[in-house]
Amino acid sequence: MTRQTLIALMLVSLLPTGAAAQVTFERLLNADEEPENWLTYSGSYSSNRHTKLDQITPDNVEDLELSWVFQAGSLEAFQATPLVVDGIMYLTEPVNNVVALDAKRGSVFWKFEYTPSSDARPCCGAVNRGLAILDDTLFLATLDGNLIALDAVGGKPLWQTTVADPTEGYALTLAPLVIKDKVMVGVAGGEYGIRGYIDAYDAKTGELAWRFYTIPGPGEPGHETWENDAWKTGGAPAWLTGSYDPDLDLTYWGIGNPGPDLNPAQRPGDNLYSDSVVALDPDTGELEWYFQFTPNDPYDYDSVQIPVLIDFPDGNGNTQKLMLWGNRNGFFYVLDRESGQFLSGTSFVPVNWASGLDDFGRPVQTPQPPGATTFPGIQGGTNWYSPSYSPETGLFYVSAWEAYGSNFEPQDQTHVPGRVFLGGRPANPFGAGANVPGLRRGHINNWTDAAGGGAVIAIDPRTGQQRWRVPMTDVTSSGILTSASNLLFTGNREGHFHVMHAETGELLLRKTLGGMIANGPMSYMVDGKQYVAIAAGHSMFVYSLRD
Amino acid sequence: MRTFIQRIPVPITAAGPSIAALTLLVTLGAADGVAQNHVGQYEQADIEFGARLYNTNCVRCHGESGGEVAGVDLRGGTYARAESDFELMRLIRTGIQGTAMPPNDFSQSELTGIVSYLRTMRDVDLSTVTLGDETRGRGLFAGKGACASCHRVGRNGRRTAPDLTDIGAVRTAANLQASLLDPTGSMLPVNRPVRAVLADGTVLNGRRLNEDTYTIQLIDENERLRSLDKAELRELAAGTTSPMAPATDVLDEQEVADVLAYLLSLKGLN
Ligand code: HEC
Ligand code: HEC
Repeated sequence: MTRQTLIALMLVSLLPTGAAAQVTFERLLNADEEPENWLTYSGSYSSNRHTKLDQITPDNVEDLELSWVFQAGSLEAFQATPLVVDGIMYLTEPVNNVVALDAKRGSVFWKFEYTPSSDARPCCGAVNRGLAILDDTLFLATLDGNLIALDAVGGKPLWQTTVADPTEGYALTLAPLVIKDKVMVGVAGGEYGIRGYIDAYDAKTGELAWRFYTIPGPGEPGHETWENDAWKTGGAPAWLTGSYDPDLDLTYWGIGNPGPDLNPAQRPGDNLYSDSVVALDPDTGELEWYFQFTPNDPYDYDSVQIPVLIDFPDGNGNTQKLMLWGNRNGFFYVLDRESGQFLSGTSFVPVNWASGLDDFGRPVQTPQPPGATTFPGIQGGTNWYSPSYSPETGLFYVSAWEAYGSNFEPQDQTHVPGRVFLGGRPANPFGAGANVPGLRRGHINNWTDAAGGGAVIAIDPRTGQQRWRVPMTDVTSSGILTSASNLLFTGNREGHFHVMHAETGELLLRKTLGGMIANGPMSYMVDGKQYVAIAAGHSMFVYSLRD
Repeated sequence: MRTFIQRIPVPITAAGPSIAALTLLVTLGAADGVAQNHVGQYEQADIEFGARLYNTNCVRCHGESGGEVAGVDLRGGTYARAESDFELMRLIRTGIQGTAMPPNDFSQSELTGIVSYLRTMRDVDLSTVTLGDETRGRGLFAGKGACASCHRVGRNGRRTAPDLTDIGAVRTAANLQASLLDPTGSMLPVNRPVRAVLADGTVLNGRRLNEDTYTIQLIDENERLRSLDKAELRELAAGTTSPMAPATDVLDEQEVADVLAYLLSLKGLN
């Protein structure tokens, strides 16, 4: 082979290969402009879970019919949101398999099988919430602490790197977030006395670019909010995907509970940055600002919820750069995402752990006496289920657990690496044998109207007031999607897929899918047809309008 | 009644970001506390049940004093190999590999009993009549107690009340005792008595089996399974008073203890 042909061959191999999807960073930045695709976990960097697709409308939604079903070969909860790129759907099948599907028909192109090591010990179910993509590479974060890059065309691994040690209780359950040339992930493990962190890896090589510890070490600002060695086992995981503001060049991540979860006496102080949102420089991982929702949390009120970024007209031709946050602690917050300043906060479910928030957004805590019930209970007023914001209605939508409580009984506990470090147990306020809603639902609803119920709540961020609410008998763990045609798609634990009018909450369509819905519906378009995908039980159902 | 935070939201100012002072008025009703089992507090019924299981399963090695295995003092209430009750239950279930401590196939209610007994062994008083005689209890269940007029065990009795065939495996001794003494106070939400008026005016009474936002499932007075569409009902109400009278209305203290022992023996198909 001549030198010239060799060089020519090398050049060819540098070109994009054939018709393979090239999801550049540029495309990720403008994901809103190609609503036929769903390029990140939350649909766009601002995480509004809002689609500009408007083929399905309040007038024709009755004509939605099932296009296809994907049945997972696993009985773990289906919490993943799929990605769709130019007609191809990329989906994690619980736990850590990846499938590439024809988004129109559900036929499978390839399947990457990965069995996490039995060292993995997730607190709360072997779940995975999805993938990230950059160029033609997919990124998968595994339950046993690995980050894997996969070729989106062939489904074969390109590199694999260890993020965390599962034997110490670390796990990865989130969909990674790609910013520029880096892949970001945060760890789960807040129930094991870990020390949490968020990592960024070089998307090409898998090399660690930076690590942000969610608990500052000795000498770092914030370390003084911990006493003794409590910071070493203080938890503060980051188990849901963050958001990104390209203009401010800041990435926002929610941080989870301090450990031991239920015994604050073992970790005096505010316990930064547990239960906070942190704003990081995506190039360096440096902290720009933080805001703490629940200092010295005794209730496991993880603040990992999705940061919803909105640009809000201020009436003078300017826009306010805001962040909306429906927190597990039962309050809905509006923050200035440039400075981290607290703007307003109102409770969206019954709350009695705090009597309110002060001028700086700090809760005035009102611990309940032993034996009394704290609201919201340990699963929170909301949790991992994605909220949505619709620029059409100007409303924020959240899945809530209303009037749901737990009795907290802290207990001193010694930390043993890799063992559950809860510092007590939440007691059931409703007597032995009566269930309270937990992570998963069985077939029998044994808490009906005794232990709270679910609701979809529409909140006006200008006032914090509820505009409407649709209550349900059982609690709900479904994410929410809104559309430019004023539709709201969601589901519930009872296995119902709901389509509502985003302005009024009017129920326009109900389909019974027969399994708990624990992920967010999403939407995409192929060949001019809009689809809505929603997983229930162990299958994913895809709907479109009847021809 | 609970009262919760009243919201007084403050609008985002139209003139750009500013800190909006928020005053949240609160009427904090102490959430009506239901009596709780506190950590370290075990129920007499569970302790006595555990004592019986201990005597049949553990005493041959650990002895009545709990101190007969060298280096192990079960009476101490704390254990080298298990810290929490949960860990203790797991240890008892799995045994200790490589030692004489055997694995055991106990139900959750049996484990609750054994752990309650171990934790309190040192100073427990076993002279009460909480737990009586199983054989006498069986007779009372079908006879004087008239339990079978509502409940079923195996193929006998009616199904309008919950089937008790495996109740001893799924409820602890303390739960069962509470059900006997205070049926209303310990009624599970799912078991509430339901009264539904159908579109044609027919009144249906029954026991709730399940419910979701749109439908309710029940077993009616004629032991039929019914599923109702809420939107089609004229009326629907779930009561909070148990149809069952306290067992002490018909039985004396010793007889209640006997029935309790019988219920604990019901562990499904034998
Ligand atoms: C066949 C004999 C045998 C029987 C039956 C038996 N054990 Fe043990 N058990 C042992 C021995 C021997 C040990 C000590 C093992 C070692 O650590 O070397 C032990 C240890 C234990 C320990 C751990 C103590 C500690 O300090 O960590 C507990 C708790 C215990 N047994 C409870 C029970 C209970 C409850 C039962 C009945 C359900 C039971 N055992 C039945 C032999 C027995
Ligand atoms: C008039 C009908 C009736 C009679 C007689 C009756 N029960 Fe009940 N029982 C019920 C109903 C209905 C429930 C479910 C509601 C509740 O828990 O109170 C129930 C609940 C129970 C439960 C709790 C079941 C669970 O799942 O937790 C137990 C145990 C029980 N009964 C035992 C007895 C015994 C023993 C007797 C006889 C001494 C008896 N019952 C007599 C109607 C009856």
